[in-house]
Amino acid sequence: MIKNLFTTKPNIRSLKLYVSIGLIFLFFSFLDVFLNSLFDINLTFFFSDFISFFLPLTLGYIGFYSIRIEQTGNIFLDTINKKINSTSFNSVLTLLSFFAIIKYSPPLLSWLVFDANISGSTKEDCTGDGACWVFIKVWFKRFMYGMYPNAEQWRINTAFLILFTSIGSVYFVPEKYKNYLISFSILGFPLIAFLLIYFLISGGSFGLEWVETGAWGGLSLTFIVSFFALIFCFPIGIFLALGRRSSLPVIKYSSIGFIEFWRGVPLITVLFMSAVMFPMFLPDGTYMDKLVRAIIAITLFESAYMAEVVRGGLQALPRGQYDAAKSLGLGYWRMNLLIILPQALKLVIPGIANTFLALIKDTPLIFVVGLLEIAGMIGLAKTNPKWLGMATEGYVFAGAVFWVICFSLSRYSQNLEKKLSTER
Amino acid sequence: MSNEIIKLKAVNKWFSDFQVLKDINLSVNQKEKIVICGPSGSGKSTLIRCINRLEEHQEGSIVVDGTEISAETKNIELIRADVGMVFQQFNLFPHLSILDNCTLALIWVKKLPKKKAEELAMKNLTRVQIDDQALKFPGQLSGGQQQRAAIARALCMEPKIMLFDEPTSALDPEMIKEVLDVMVDLAKGGMTMIVVTHEMGFAKEVADNMIFMDEGRIVEKAKTKDFFDNPKSDRTKLFLSQIL
Repeated sequence: MIKNLFTTKPNIRSLKLYVSIGLIFLFFSFLDVFLNSLFDINLTFFFSDFISFFLPLTLGYIGFYSIRIEQTGNIFLDTINKKINSTSFNSVLTLLSFFAIIKYSPPLLSWLVFDANISGSTKEDCTGDGACWVFIKVWFKRFMYGMYPNAEQWRINTAFLILFTSIGSVYFVPEKYKNYLISFSILGFPLIAFLLIYFLISGGSFGLEWVETGAWGGLSLTFIVSFFALIFCFPIGIFLALGRRSSLPVIKYSSIGFIEFWRGVPLITVLFMSAVMFPMFLPDGTYMDKLVRAIIAITLFESAYMAEVVRGGLQALPRGQYDAAKSLGLGYWRMNLLIILPQALKLVIPGIANTFLALIKDTPLIFVVGLLEIAGMIGLAKTNPKWLGMATEGYVFAGAVFWVICFSLSRYSQNLEKKLSTER
Repeated sequence: MSNEIIKLKAVNKWFSDFQVLKDINLSVNQKEKIVICGPSGSGKSTLIRCINRLEEHQEGSIVVDGTEISAETKNIELIRADVGMVFQQFNLFPHLSILDNCTLALIWVKKLPKKKAEELAMKNLTRVQIDDQALKFPGQLSGGQQQRAAIARALCMEPKIMLFDEPTSALDPEMIKEVLDVMVDLAKGGMTMIVVTHEMGFAKEVADNMIFMDEGRIVEKAKTKDFFDNPKSDRTKLFLSQIL
């Protein structure tokens, strides 16, 4: 029996034997790593360093080898074998990943959670070894609203509440009015958003105190900039994409020129130009707010990328779709709006989402024109003499906030893709 | 001839420096059925695509229903709306249901109210016997059903002329018949038809005139019976001997 064990491959006839041997090996393999990384105990101190280092991997490898038996009938075992233990190479990868998780998650968790400080209101309250979330707590309002006066922050809250409710209410629109939805989202939303921002956030009328855009900041500014850049860069991108494929040379070459120009310059220089050079071209006495200039700069920049994404979709459509649309008597605009774009845009939803995410993550660059959104506010807060050395906490927080925003957008785009799919 | 609906006169066309159509002269009367055959690359598809200007011709004149078609033609869409076309690859719009495929042009080109457009679409879908598939998407239909839907879509516009560009070439043998049946039915209804096809049985049954093309020229144009029974040119004889 024991002799067979080492000469034959693990097989289903002696399933129990092989599985128990495998589990024992795996147990010791993980136990060694576990004790080693958490409690600094080396079970195999009596071996030389080299052997001791590779022992868990070897044990785990033997363990996984013994349980790699096909179609045992045990669902759990079969799943493991199929997903993470299909070949020797995969089993080694599995082991290394598990070891890495066991080794690195405890220090990470203890920094993030267990040893972290959340009570108190000054840097001195952070006595533990972990992260000092007090920093985030104290500066939270600044990270959300920038330098917007504390007493007026309800205005931002109200504005965003109204905006998000109106976006959310789209889901509850009765089927009858679905046709008006598109025109509403193209014309209505930007208008509502603009009015809200102009009258409520900016103020200056209806007895509301005027707050200059330089004071806006934090996450709310991230939203404002991304929102407007997103809704404007999308249609501009579509027109540029159509323009680039136009048969009229003037339109075609001006589109190409526009796209290649904006794709060729870094965003940070564009923003800088918008702040420094652009006002020089304006006639005397006219003035354009620097936030508006920044939004225009980002919009033009991203619309060039959007154009190329959309063009990819246009090129992916078979020529027959154009032929069929033309043969039914549809003119250029109807053909594109009713037949070509709905299909092309559906094809490039992943690319559009990509551009949108890139746009949102590009917004911190508006610091070059003196506008501080969330990452910018963190950059400012960490240089405060009372809060020196808090950069890690700040940027981890900013990263988490951006991740949440971008991940939800990404999920939304995946849902949209599924919803619009008409394949069988 | 007063009831002449299509007239091509000395039409030449080049793809860069390759001449695809050479001195094409052709006239089609109302209610006439013409079948065009010939080896691949002989310019058959290009010829009928020129008739609704999916391709542009460089020389000669094409007159459809009294309107000359050229680069100067205003409102080419209006002419296209009167010329129905059915393609080898069906070219249904995959993002719209079969019903929406049919009503789209009625609503946006002919400006019919939605309800009327749907009635007309259902009438034509019934005519090609796929009214039960109206709410499905093209991807859910078989090839034969898709091609019949494409015919219905073209019929909805109530065209004066129907162009068929190898309508059965992309179909399984089993599905060819159901499409041909619809076309035979259409022919009997008095539609003016120009059909590019290799289905000689269909040609014998419905065609008034046969055209044989080779290397961009019309080699032979004859009454269907004469064409099959005693073709004049050797090239036609060779072609017929190979496909019959």
